Formats: sequence, C-alpha cells, structure tokens
Amino acid sequence: MAAIDIANWSHTRVEPNWLARLFDWRPFLIFICLLPAVGLLLVFLTYPLGLGIWLAFTDTTIGRSGQWIGLENFEYLLGDKLFWQAVFYSVFYTTVATVGKFGLGLWLALLLNNHIPFKTILRAIILLPWITPTVLSAIAFWWIYDPQFSIISYVFVDALGVRDRYFDFLGSTWPARWSLIAANIWRGIPFVAISLLAGLQTISPSLYEAALLDGSTAWQRFRFITFPLLLPILAIVMTFSIIFTFTDFQLVYAITRGGPVNSTHLMATLAFQRGIPGGMLGEGAAIAVSMIPFLVFATLFSYFALARRKWQQGESND
Amino acid sequence: MANIITRRDALRLTAGGAAAAALAGQASAQVPRVDVAAPKLPIENGASLRILRPARFVEPDETVFRANTAKFQQTTGIQTRVDFVGWEEIRQQSAVASNTGTGPDIVVGWGEDPHVYVDKLIELSDVAEYLGKRYGGWSFLAEKYGKRDKTNNWIGLPLGGGTGPLVYRRSAVKEAGFDKIPTDHAEFLKLCQALRKINKPAGFALGNAVGDGNGFANWLVWSHGGFLVDEGGKVSINSKETIAALTYLKDLYATFIPGTLAWGDPSNNRAYAANEVWLTANGVSLYFALKNDAATRAIADDTDHTPLPFGVVGKPPQASLILNAMVFKHTKFPNAAKTYLQFMMESEQYDPWLTGCLGYWSQTLRAYSKSALWGSDPKIAVFRGATENQFWSGYKGPITQAAGAVAAEYIMVQMCASVAAGQATPEEAAKEAERRARRYYR
Repeated sequence: MAAIDIANWSHTRVEPNWLARLFDWRPFLIFICLLPAVGLLLVFLTYPLGLGIWLAFTDTTIGRSGQWIGLENFEYLLGDKLFWQAVFYSVFYTTVATVGKFGLGLWLALLLNNHIPFKTILRAIILLPWITPTVLSAIAFWWIYDPQFSIISYVFVDALGVRDRYFDFLGSTWPARWSLIAANIWRGIPFVAISLLAGLQTISPSLYEAALLDGSTAWQRFRFITFPLLLPILAIVMTFSIIFTFTDFQLVYAITRGGPVNSTHLMATLAFQRGIPGGMLGEGAAIAVSMIPFLVFATLFSYFALARRKWQQGESND
Repeated sequence: MANIITRRDALRLTAGGAAAAALAGQASAQVPRVDVAAPKLPIENGASLRILRPARFVEPDETVFRANTAKFQQTTGIQTRVDFVGWEEIRQQSAVASNTGTGPDIVVGWGEDPHVYVDKLIELSDVAEYLGKRYGGWSFLAEKYGKRDKTNNWIGLPLGGGTGPLVYRRSAVKEAGFDKIPTDHAEFLKLCQALRKINKPAGFALGNAVGDGNGFANWLVWSHGGFLVDEGGKVSINSKETIAALTYLKDLYATFIPGTLAWGDPSNNRAYAANEVWLTANGVSLYFALKNDAATRAIADDTDHTPLPFGVVGKPPQASLILNAMVFKHTKFPNAAKTYLQFMMESEQYDPWLTGCLGYWSQTLRAYSKSALWGSDPKIAVFRGATENQFWSGYKGPITQAAGAVAAEYIMVQMCASVAAGQATPEEAAKEAERRARRYYR
C-alpha cells in the first residue's frame, strides 16, 4: 500500500496567495521598484518644469492667477529690445566665458598634472573659488569693481599713480559686460581644471613613453595623445559648464542687477526681474522657457560634435 | 472733547530701546489725543498671531517693535510672533501667503501691497477711523495708501513712511558760493557745477537702485511737471515735461561724480561717508550712521537735509516709502489681529517706536508730529512731514500693483540712465519708458 502511495504521490504545490502572486508578476515589480524614483522626479522635476512652461502661456501675475493667453507673452518678447539684448548677452557671456574657462582650466590642469611639491594641497587650494558660495565671491567682485572703492583703481591711481581717474568698471555697457565675464571665468576655472585633471590622470603613461621613444615634441604629445584621449571628458565637462554659465544668475544679479541700463541682463536675471520684482510671473516664465532651446542645442552640440566615440552615443566601441 | 495726556510713565523696554524709551517717557506726554470709544473687538479664544515685516534699517526699529509686541502679548495673553524678512523678499512672501491662504496673519508690507491683495484682506476701517479720530487724522499719503481707490474703506493700515530728501555738506555748499540749496532748476544746476569745480561733486544713483534710483528719477520728472500716468491710470510719461527733464539731466549728469550709473542703494552712503560725494539724496539712515560713528562724527556735524528742489511744482517733488500693514482673510483671529495693529499705533507704543527710528519712519497719524522726536535734532526736521508729501510712486494715478512694478522694473530710472549715458535722446528714452510702462498699465 505504502509503495503505491509513494508511486502515486505527487507534490501538491501550495497555491500562493494573491499578494505573493502579485509580487511575482514582473510588470508590477518593475512598477513598484521604479515608484520612488519616478515619484521624486515627478514631484521635484516634472511638476515645477511643467508649471513653468504652463505659466509661460498665461498672464499670471504675483497675487493673481492667470488666464491662458497662448503665445502672447512670446509675441511681446519678440518685439522687446531688452529681451533680445539679454539673449545676445547670454550667448556672448556663455561663449566668451566658456572659451576662457577651458583655455585657462586646461592649462592649469596640465600644470597640476606635473610632479610638483605640495601637489595635493595646491589642488585643494585651486578649488577654493569653486566652493566659495557664489554670492560671497560676487560681493567680493562687487567691491573690486566699485566705482569709488575699487582696489584696482586704488592700486593704479593712488598707489602707482599711473592713472589720474578711477576705473569705471560697471558704469558703461562694455566694461561692465567684460567685468562680469572676468568674474565668471575666475569662478569657473577650478571646476574645469579639476575635472580635466581627473581626465588627464586616466591617460596611461606608457603612451607618452612610446611617443618619447619615437622622438615626439611636447606639442605633438599634447596634440596626438593628451587631447584625443581627453576629448570624452572634455565634452561632458563642457556640457555642464555651458549649462552653468548660460543659466548663471547670482553673479550678475549681485554685482550689477542687470545694469547699467539693462546692458548686462542675462536671460536668467531678466526672467527673475520681470517675474518676481516686476510681478509678471507669466512673462518671466516665458523668458525662462526661451532658454530651453539654447540649452538643448548646447547639450546636443557637446555630445555630437565633441563626443565622437561610438560608446559615448550608446554603441559598442570598435 | 480734547484730552491732552499730561504724564506717562516711562516705558521699560529692552536694552536696545532703552535710550529711546527714556526719551519717549517725556515724548508721549506731548502727543495730543482725544478720548474716543475704541471699536469692540472681542478677542477670539486661544488666539495667536504671526506677523511678517521688513527687516530694520536702524536698530531700534526692531528692538522697540519687538518690545511693543512683547508688551502686547503680556497685556492680552495672545501668543505673538514677529518675523523680520529682507526688504526684497517680503513681496514674494506676501504673495505666497495670499495665494495659498496660509502663513502670517498680518503682513507689514509696502505701500501698494494691500491694493494688490485687496480681495484677500479684511477691511480695517473700524480701527483706522478710530485711530484717525483719536490722533488728529491721517496724513495725506496715509489716506492715499490706506484706503481702497475712490472709497472710504481702509484696506491697509499705514504704520509709517520714509523719504529721501537732499543730504549735503554745508561747508561744500558754502565753498561753492551758496548760502542754501536753491529750489529752482537753473540755480541748482549752477550749484552742482560749482561743486564739481571745487572737486566736491554731487552724485545721485542712476543704477538699478530701487530706493535711491527711483527717488532721483521721480524727482527729476515731477519737478519739471511731468508724471508717469494721469489720474485715470493712462500712461503719460512721454510728454514735453519729461523731455525737458531729461534734457536738463544731461547738463546735471555732467556735474556728478563718475560711476553713478553703476550705483546701487548703498553706494551713495559709502561715497558720502568717504568724502567722495558732497551732495546726494538719501533717507535719514545715512545721517545717523555718520552721527553714531566717532570716525565720521565730523561729517555728520557738517551735514544737513533739505527737501529736493521744488522746480516748477512749488512743493517737494518727492514721494515716501510707506510701511503698510494688512490683515489676511485667512487669519483665524481677525479681531486679535486688529487689536494688535491698534495697540501698536497707540501713543504708549507708537511714540517710543517713532522716536527710536530717529525719523527713518515718520508718523502717519498727524498728532505724532508733536512728538518730542522732532524737536530732538533740528537736522531731521525735514523728515517730519514725510507722509504729507503730495507725490507718490505712480503719481498721478491710482495706487496699483502697476506702480510698484514700474518702480521694481526701474523703468523711470533706466529712462534717465539711458539719457545720462548718451545711449538715447530724451525723446527716445521717454518713448521707450512709455512702451514699457504700458505693459503694466493695461
């Protein structure tokens, strides 16, 4: 009897309850695991971005919710000289500052990549402008550029006596624009330098040794080894740098508030100026939304023009 | 029937306000008030209040305000908290409170604010009328900013007003060959030219400075008979008066110290304290900063104030920054909030505060012009009538958000600055200002 029982025995699988089945169902599991991340993105990224875009199509002001007005804000901006001036200066500011930051940053990175005494401490010091809160460094520059109390004016006029009147850094259009760019470059160099330094250190020394044996010059080593191998990280750093620079706000707002006569407004400061102190939330949002195409273009440019390796575009390297 | 209060006990305040309190002990004795029945405001059970107001400019503004609030809490048992926020943030915070219907019960904001949030505010007519009867009536600008346009309904309770007259060095003006500051344009220009010649130049902010920049630009236009909008709120800045004003500015600007196009609000204070600029326009804070610092005491002694030159209008063409309190509908304790504001305006509290602020905020209730403060230093007498000025931001129009936005957008300042910088002719600048202002007044 017992033998038959064993022969006929089959494992009766306990039917799992609905909860267990639910958790075994792949689509549900994926949904559950993604939920926290998606939730965070929705609440803190999609919602504000969506709200900003929606506001751009309304006439909302501070203290009054707005009506949908379609493209009216953008139409007004098209005819607004100040807006175009801000677009021009944003592009100009970003281009010049990025070139400056990368030129000087790369140079600094190459210097720091050499064996020098106190290397670690030097590298830490280099980061200082980057880690200082922007507003603090902006206030420092504000004093440096002050029409009456500038240290530079003091040195040239009172200490050296080579000029007879103070520099007017912020009082007219172009000097003010260049002064702000200089301040931005000063702030941005460390980020570029340290990031590129990290890139430089991943380049295998054997490549340089081989090149030396072949009798290469320093320029050839830079041109044919350092630069191509640095290009991938350069692309990433440049993307970030362009985004940071294009959306810069604190430096300009703290030093000039967009003056003199609006000549140093960036799109970000103009958006704030119109939206918050000016109270036209809708128009401010429209200016902010107008920045998106520029940023998308800058990102695409860095990725496709600079990152030409296939793995960077999601394919395997060959 | 009039009942002059003859004696008040000296108030005990915190250390910071002690000096002010000592003065105020005698001071409130001079403020005449009438016995009127106070409005009946039964305080709600378990009431508590949160008040938001702008940060101080002179220290007693905060210490006396806090002491008065503590006194209110003691007397009434209402939990009361005051938060001081930066001048530029208070607008945003009131906007959030108004839109979300939560947050502070009372916001002490700027002049236009109650007119922006009018639908979300509790009317304060009972308290305002009581205070007006008790303290000799409200001043011109207090009425203007307190009442809803074209009505007698009070939506705001103006606590005080600050103005920025001329501040100058007497020695420099004398050296330039003038006994006093001329009130007409041609003579004033001559004074500034003479100051420039003796290398003690004048300077007014033409940069993006909310207070000083707008103060100067408004003076320039108003003193020539121009105005931003007419009584109905129609933009009228592009006028021959404005163009005359801007043409005059070209000559005047040539006499300024270099760099005024980049000046923010603190710039003229620093330049004045450093003997770089000898005539400018500012609130009383500059004078008191100089007076209270031993190193600059000599400058303060040489300093005096006078109203901005009248030009063609025959009265001081300057406005005042009004501190305007409002109570939001979302408060659970409207009677407590009203009682608080009323308490703060009674002479036992208000006079020490007024005195402590040293003229930075001038009274909005006329009886306080008798305060001992105004006799304490002849140099601040010009601030006594700050809220009686017949001009306001957005003159001659109604008080609206647009007026505040035009000031915040520096439309008038930049109109002047573009002419001074030679970027635009007066005609172009006036036209551009008209175009920009229309965006807000539509």
